[in-house]
Amino acid sequence: MQVRSPEFKESARIALTDANLQKALGNLKAGFPAKRATAAARLPEFEALRDQARDLKNHIIEHLDLYLEEFERNVTANGGTVHWCRTAEDARQTILQICREQGAKTVTKGKSMVTEEIGLNEYLEKQGIEPVETDLGEYILQLRQDHPSHIVAPAIHLTLDDVADAFHEHHKRPRSEDPAVLMQEAREMLRKKFVSADVGITGANFLIAETGSTIICTNEGNGDLTQTLPKTHVVVSSIEKVVPTLEDMTLFLRLLARSATGQEFTVYNTLSTGPRRPGDTDGPENFHVVLVDNGRSEMVGSEFQEMLRCIRCSACMNHCPVYGAVGGQTYGWVYPGPMGSVLTPQMVGIEQAGLLPNASTFCGKCEEVCPVRIPLPKLMRHWRDKEYEKHLSPAAVRYGLKFWAFFAKRPGLYRLLSASSNRFLRLMAGKKGRATRLPLAGGWTDHRDIPAPSGKTFMQQWQEQNR
Amino acid sequence: MAQPRPRVGLFVTCLADMFRPEVAFASVKLLELAGFDVKVPQRQTCCGQPAFNSGDREDTADIARQTIDAFDGFEYVVGPSGSCIGMLHHYPELFEENDPWYQRALNLKSRAFEITSFLAEHLKQETLEGAFKGTVTYHDSCSGLRELGVKKQPRELLSRMPGVQICEMEEAETCCGFGGTFCVKYPDISNRMVSNKVENIRATNADLLLGGDLGCLLNMAGKLKREGVEIEARHVVEVLADMIQTPAIGDAEQSA
Repeated sequence: MQVRSPEFKESARIALTDANLQKALGNLKAGFPAKRATAAARLPEFEALRDQARDLKNHIIEHLDLYLEEFERNVTANGGTVHWCRTAEDARQTILQICREQGAKTVTKGKSMVTEEIGLNEYLEKQGIEPVETDLGEYILQLRQDHPSHIVAPAIHLTLDDVADAFHEHHKRPRSEDPAVLMQEAREMLRKKFVSADVGITGANFLIAETGSTIICTNEGNGDLTQTLPKTHVVVSSIEKVVPTLEDMTLFLRLLARSATGQEFTVYNTLSTGPRRPGDTDGPENFHVVLVDNGRSEMVGSEFQEMLRCIRCSACMNHCPVYGAVGGQTYGWVYPGPMGSVLTPQMVGIEQAGLLPNASTFCGKCEEVCPVRIPLPKLMRHWRDKEYEKHLSPAAVRYGLKFWAFFAKRPGLYRLLSASSNRFLRLMAGKKGRATRLPLAGGWTDHRDIPAPSGKTFMQQWQEQNR
Repeated sequence: MAQPRPRVGLFVTCLADMFRPEVAFASVKLLELAGFDVKVPQRQTCCGQPAFNSGDREDTADIARQTIDAFDGFEYVVGPSGSCIGMLHHYPELFEENDPWYQRALNLKSRAFEITSFLAEHLKQETLEGAFKGTVTYHDSCSGLRELGVKKQPRELLSRMPGVQICEMEEAETCCGFGGTFCVKYPDISNRMVSNKVENIRATNADLLLGGDLGCLLNMAGKLKREGVEIEARHVVEVLADMIQTPAIGDAEQSA
């Protein structure tokens, strides 16, 4: 996927004036946060579970190699195959190879952000293989040649109107705005694909080391059909999703559903453990797990290690006032919101993604709701450190900072600077108590007045009072 | 002989110093009322947050060392801002654990308090007299709320004032869009956030908007003025200290 993060500011301006998008974002704001709050309040041990989950994730990351190898051993023992892929390109080629071996023409897909990350759909299309998204949101996006704006509700930036238009255009049926009718239409279209697909590709919410199982959590059931009907099931997962035991998995399932959608439990929690065994009534003949690193192992031992705790619940973006204002596509790559502002620079480079970790007031709401207590503002600040170290921040910012810091480190001079700024601001405001325009402060005064100082500086007055 | 009063070093904050000296004077008045000997160390400048949040660790650490020195020897360090005091609490992150400055930073952190949380604990007066009579609505500034747990304290102090009624706004805990340099780096997004905030403030029909951080208050007051909303804005200590003779934030001098 093309990285459009350098256009963040321009995209934000457009997003803020897009009435349809703003309507869609209004629905998000009214929905998920309230549901999460209710679900959290109904579980007395919710906060304790968050602590447990944080600690367990820290333990897993410290021993990532051991748990991944255990996972591989058990997948193999079950008759499946694990493929280790260091880069996105490795992963794409591995998946293509599996599809080619099956002579696949059509692959069905369950929702998977990792396949978005590695740009799988575009790649398969170029190789003559048709990927069919089966998650309703992803299906709508595919019809529109659009990309997810949210990691759990990928089409959250669209309104019912948009969906009605897309279905009418592609399904060649009378236009309907009835969600039930639209759902039925999508079902009919997808059923044929489910049956004809040669390979089914899903993501994984967790990988369970002790059993070699993978699990997907969905609310539509499309994932089940994707992974049981075709002859071959390919699970594409990033490496940090491994957990030691099934019991550990349940801890995360309890947190995931509540944090994501405010459900107590996701509707379908489907475990896959190897291919069909003799006597099994269904299941795929071949079972592959493609483990994607794509920069994650570099995060181990770095200042960004804590980001590997992320379970992709979307609570951070659901509660983020910046995400709520501009929507996910403004972020210009796969992962939006606070978690994306930490992950995107890691994956596409801070040179391209520098605007993202800066697009935060550090209000801290994301950290407050993160089920695994990732200190997202701190991690975004670490990216700003990197940006500054590499001299990537704009020259005006760097020189401005240096100028200001020169004074801030010299209290006597700082007094003079404060006093003269104070005097200047009072002059500009006259007797109105505020200014509506100020040189070099257009970012402020385009949208709001600047209150004038109410008198001389405190330090001046304090000294005059001789205290 | 009476016990010497414990010494508080007032962390003035840049914005109170430059924009609203009343906030610092009100802080002194309240701290003295609570029985402290209040001093204003002259070697203090800024807490360093602009550098810290822009990735300039080196200048931040220099400023931190200067601040630690300036407030050496005070039993308490108190400031009228959750954001600036929150920054003082970040100082230990700036030094390696074997650096002597790390221990000194930890020590400063243990003595540094946001003013409303400090007063809620130390101000023993059960009733606070004040000229202000009316309804107020309170914005919870993010750093104070989430880094220092400031939520009930200002409301508890206001409840000691017989003439003050609190009328809570919707989304009082949602960021106003100030965010330090954020508001000038991302003016369009900041504008959306402060517009949402002003809508929620307006809906309360309160007489006065209060908060504990001047950055947020300048932002919200500036937007209230631009939109022609009549609701005034002040730092909470101005009301608590009964220092409301000065025009509210962004208001003109009253003609006598």
